[in-house]
Amino acid sequence: MRGALVQDREAEAWAALDGVPDPEIPVLSLRDLGIVRGVRLAEPGIEVVLTPTYSGCPATEVIAESVRAALEAAGLGPVIVTQQLSPPWTTDWITSEGRRKLRDYGIAPPGAAAADVVHIRPRHVECPRCGSAHTERLSAFGATACKALHRCLDCREPFEHFKPL
Amino acid sequence: MSATAESIRLNLTPAVRYVLRVADTALIHAQRLAEWCGHGPVLEEDIALTNMALDLLGQARALLTHAARLEGQGLDEDQLAFLRDERHFFNLTLVEQPMRRSSAHAPGGDFADTVLRNFLLAAWFKALWSGLMLSNDLTLAAIAAKAQEETRYHLQHAGDWVVRLGDGTEESAARVRAALQRAWPYTQEMFVDDAVDADAAASGLGPARSSLCVGWDAEVAAVFGAVGLAVPPATPFLSTGTLGRHSEHLGFMLAEMQVLQRQHPGGRW
Repeated sequence: MRGALVQDREAEAWAALDGVPDPEIPVLSLRDLGIVRGVRLAEPGIEVVLTPTYSGCPATEVIAESVRAALEAAGLGPVIVTQQLSPPWTTDWITSEGRRKLRDYGIAPPGAAAADVVHIRPRHVECPRCGSAHTERLSAFGATACKALHRCLDCREPFEHFKPL
Repeated sequence: MSATAESIRLNLTPAVRYVLRVADTALIHAQRLAEWCGHGPVLEEDIALTNMALDLLGQARALLTHAARLEGQGLDEDQLAFLRDERHFFNLTLVEQPMRRSSAHAPGGDFADTVLRNFLLAAWFKALWSGLMLSNDLTLAAIAAKAQEETRYHLQHAGDWVVRLGDGTEESAARVRAALQRAWPYTQEMFVDDAVDADAAASGLGPARSSLCVGWDAEVAAVFGAVGLAVPPATPFLSTGTLGRHSEHLGFMLAEMQVLQRQHPGGRW
């Protein structure tokens, strides 16, 4: 009986987290992004373990605050948010649903983030607008820490690429 | 009008000193890079330099938080960044040298200096993070594992620029050679051991600086070799920022960086 209640509250917490968007790429939820490392029931309330994407990501505090607000609104508070660095987040943790949402939003999703220099010079990143693989990278750094600037050589549109990390 | 903030005094154990050397090198490098914000030669470069500054600032923040925990007085990362005097910063002297702006005593503003310094430091950080990932201090190992991924992008970016300038026009190649002449004397400090390094290596906290030389040499040789850049001859000069004895440039930089917290202690956004 108690076990079922615990599971219900955890499921409620995950459902609430589904509704929390990433502040910089609001089509993605925190769960899509893969930065919610765990949810644990505390007595009273709930503990959420988050992991940062980049060391200097300025959204980290905003994310922690929105997690707190969403869970409190769902009646699951008080909320403890903890940060865990290890193992480091990689773009491989972005869900397939998250990758689809990124593409639909106009951001090319990341490829596999193998620790290989080849992958940080991505070639033929698919244009999220026309689907062409005839594209080039303009800069490895973009408007946020996690994105690079590319250009499609067929439809000529610039686009962003969520770079593999 | 509030009173100005007093400087903090730290209990400098060898472990605290070791972590502060890494933290301060990342912090001061970030602060210099941030001077390019709004002044990059092209928009993409402006964005790249400030993105790298942000990565380094994030790494510095995590390391300063950890240094504060090891130090044990209950200080936080902001107090360590903004309320220490110059003699209590332990960064490599190279990172405090003028970058975008000139000072009375040193040239600044040559993009070749920025490119070359970024390259020498990214190669150094790469070797350092590789060693620190094996630290028996698990927080330090986790920070290093995170930072290593970011540094790969910095190294690629800076290496590409060294090649582009070194293999570009006569003018650009001459500027990279001149930048190398200016930066090179400061590189000796990157690889010289002292008691703090010996203690860290013996306790398993992290690698001694001398052990970073092999990996760094390989990165430098690969890029310099591609454009025929010759490594300048060694000089007897050994800079001492990691001992807290700095060049004349750090004091001016700290005055600007710390002024807000000094005049409005504990001020927050």
